Formats: sequence, C-alpha cells, structure tokens
Amino acid sequence: MTIAVLIPSQLTAYTDGVTRVEAAGATVGGVLDDLDRRFPGLKFRVVDEQDRVRKHMRMFIGRAETRNVAAPMRDGDELLIFGALSGG
Amino acid sequence: MSDAIQLLVGTRKGAWIYRSDAARQSWRAQGPIFLGQIINHFVADPRDPNTLLMAAATGHLGPTILRSTDGGETWVEAKRPPAFPKTEDGNGRSVDHSFWVEPGHASERGVWWVGTSPPGLFRSADGGDTWDSVEGLNEHPQVLDWFPPEAGTPDGAIVAGIAIDPRDARHMYLATCSAGVLETTDQGETWRPLNQNVEANFLPDPYPEFGQDAHHIALAPTDPDRIWQQNHCGIYRLDRPGERWERIGAAMPSDVGDIGFTVVPHVRDRDTAWVWPMDGTEVWPRVSPGGRPAAYRTRDGGGSWERQDRGFPTEQGWFTVKRQAFCGDRRDPQGLYLGTTGGEIWMSGDEGETWRQIASHLPEIYSVSAAPR
Repeated sequence: MTIAVLIPSQLTAYTDGVTRVEAAGATVGGVLDDLDRRFPGLKFRVVDEQDRVRKHMRMFIGRAETRNVAAPMRDGDELLIFGALSGG
Repeated sequence: MSDAIQLLVGTRKGAWIYRSDAARQSWRAQGPIFLGQIINHFVADPRDPNTLLMAAATGHLGPTILRSTDGGETWVEAKRPPAFPKTEDGNGRSVDHSFWVEPGHASERGVWWVGTSPPGLFRSADGGDTWDSVEGLNEHPQVLDWFPPEAGTPDGAIVAGIAIDPRDARHMYLATCSAGVLETTDQGETWRPLNQNVEANFLPDPYPEFGQDAHHIALAPTDPDRIWQQNHCGIYRLDRPGERWERIGAAMPSDVGDIGFTVVPHVRDRDTAWVWPMDGTEVWPRVSPGGRPAAYRTRDGGGSWERQDRGFPTEQGWFTVKRQAFCGDRRDPQGLYLGTTGGEIWMSGDEGETWRQIASHLPEIYSVSAAPR
C-alpha cells in the first residue's frame, strides 16, 4: 500500500528538506508510524502521547480533514499534513 | 578546561552559545542554533562538559529534547522524549513543553531529569536519549490536588525547578507553580509538600500545606541544607532539617518589593545570594520596578539587601529576568550572568558591583547557564 504524504515546512528538517514522500500504512497512525521509522521524532511533533493530533496541526486524506489516527487509508490515498504558522 | 566561560542561552526563537576569553572580557557568539524553536532551558552536564541538553518546542509542533555530545557542534533529538503514559480512553495528559532540565547527581553518570508543563517529572538514564515518566509524582494519588488543571502560569502549569542534594542522589526538591515545594528522599517514589510559612495570598487559606507558587529554588553550593526560594509571594530561605521557611524578602525596600522569578546563591558563601526583583503590584507587570533594573544582593542570609545597579539603565528600563536566565560561574570573584526579556545578556565580573552588556538584540531570553569551556 502506497500513500503519498505532503510534509509541511516545519517538519522538513526531519526529511532532509523533502516535502513529498511515500509511506505505507492502513491507517493515518500507521502512515505516521512508518514515517517515524524513517524520520525518527517526526510523529511525536504531530501527534501527542495520547494519539491526539496536536492543536495547531491539521491532516487531510485527500480533501477530507481528519483528526483521527485510526482513520483508514487506502492504496493511492494522499495524506496532507499542515502546520499552522499563526502566532508571532 | 580553562578559565574561560561558555554561556548557554535559550530564547523564544532559538539557542546561542557565547564563549569568553580567560578574562571573561571578550565574547564570541555561536548561533542561532535551531532558529525558531522555543528553547526553555539549555544546560551543560557538569559530569561531562561536552554534553549539552536543551528543551525545545515550537508554537505548534510537539516538544522534544535535543542533545549534543560534542560541545554544541552537532545535535541529535531524543529517541523517546518526555511523554506521559498513554491512557486507554485517550484523555490522558500530554506534555506541552519541557521546562526545566537538570543533570542528575554526580554519582549517576547519564542520569537527567526534566520537569514539564503540565506538571510532570521525567527521568533519563541514558544521557537524555530516552525518558521515562516518574510514576511516584506523575501518578501520585494527590496529583490533581497538587496540579489542578485550572492552576498555573500564563504559559501553563509547570514543574518550575529541580534541585538535587549533592550529598544524596535520593534527596530531591521540586519547585512547582501550584503545590509549592515538594521533597522526596527516595528519588521520586514518594513526595511531600514542604511549604510551612510560605504565603499563597491568592488562596482562601494563605498558608496552606500546598498550593503555593514556587518560582525558583536553589541549594547553597557549600551548604545544601540551605534552600533559597523565590516565590510568587516573596523571597524565602529554609535551613534544613528545619521545616519552616523564613520570608527574608521582608527586608527588601518596600518600594521594590520581593517579587521575582529567580535567586542565585553564591558559589562559595552560604550567606550570599542575588535576586532580580520585578513589579508584582496590581496586574503584575513583571518588569523592573519603576523602570530601573537592578539586582539585589544579601550577604547575611537575607537579613539585609543592597541594590546593585551600576551599569544598568537608570530610567526607562522595562525588562525583567526569567527563572532560568540568571546564573553564576564558579570563578573567584564569581561572575554573574543574566538574560533579559528584551534579548540582552548582562554580566558582572565583580559579584554584582558593576554590570555590562555583552549581547543585545536577541529574542526574548528564557535561559542562561554558565559552564566552564
């Protein structure tokens, strides 16, 4: 199963500057786990220890927003991760 | 190791290292390091000065711990940062940020402690790579009494400081924003409040068993039975095995008051310490009282205080100094260093008699710690 993932600028330090990567996983959490294996530390900065998506992080499966790490992913889906840049 | 000093500086927008010559006269900056990250605390390991740890977060990403084992040249992220245990219902606490980073006891190489917001204590036994929740505190039956979710600072409730008895690794104190000072004699398995005679003027009972807001605590290096405390409600001192704190801030000038964030004990003299008063009147502006910045020094255990402001602005100086941003070195005379909310670093090479600015235009400074180079 291949999922295309969009990495926001705040996390490109983990991906060596790359903003689009491919990952595998049957759920959003599974995809994040796969990313974390390759880019250690990335997942915890998006999702907390209770598996809650952090307050200012947003994730979309295609165009549908989800805050549920158990949400299923299908082969060919796209997972878009965005980080708010609000604040000063 | 030489007489030169390095200052580890954590700011709201990244970290810097300032390195001095042997005379502490000229300073050279390295940085920014991790520009844009919020660095709440940045410290060196006295057991291995090449090891540096910093508590990092951003406004939106989750928190982490960053480590260097080569004096700040290269950095790696903790494999497992401080995190509360996952609960089955998913409603458990999550670490918003690590606030205080404390090297473990001299006898325990590789051990580190972190205090977090919301209040929690975490321990690493591998130099800061992986962190475990200290259940004795984090799952304590009174944890919701000590750390009620509605209590705390504008940036969230915190474990504001950790102090370890240099004679006994099992004996530790915590400064907390909603339970005052807590003490353990079994390295965190059990805890008890240690707040007798410390005021909490924001509670119905102004002298409760717990509930005080301990901004900062520090043990006198030459007499670890002497604890200095800068509290939300004044400056205190406790000499163990005593239990009753004395409000030594009562001797401060009344137009300055004894509110502040931090206290720095002298490295060799148990009776000497410095504080940095701030305006704690009305809505708590948290600036230098009257716009006239100054440190205050006591040389008699808090019986009297002298103003030390030579070099600082004499008017319209509205910065203050946060908890982790005032420190001393181990030289003789002892050097003092502070970082301001206005992004300036000031030092004194003569124990506070005169001050000079050694850096400016940095982001708001959260942490300054001095270590030998």
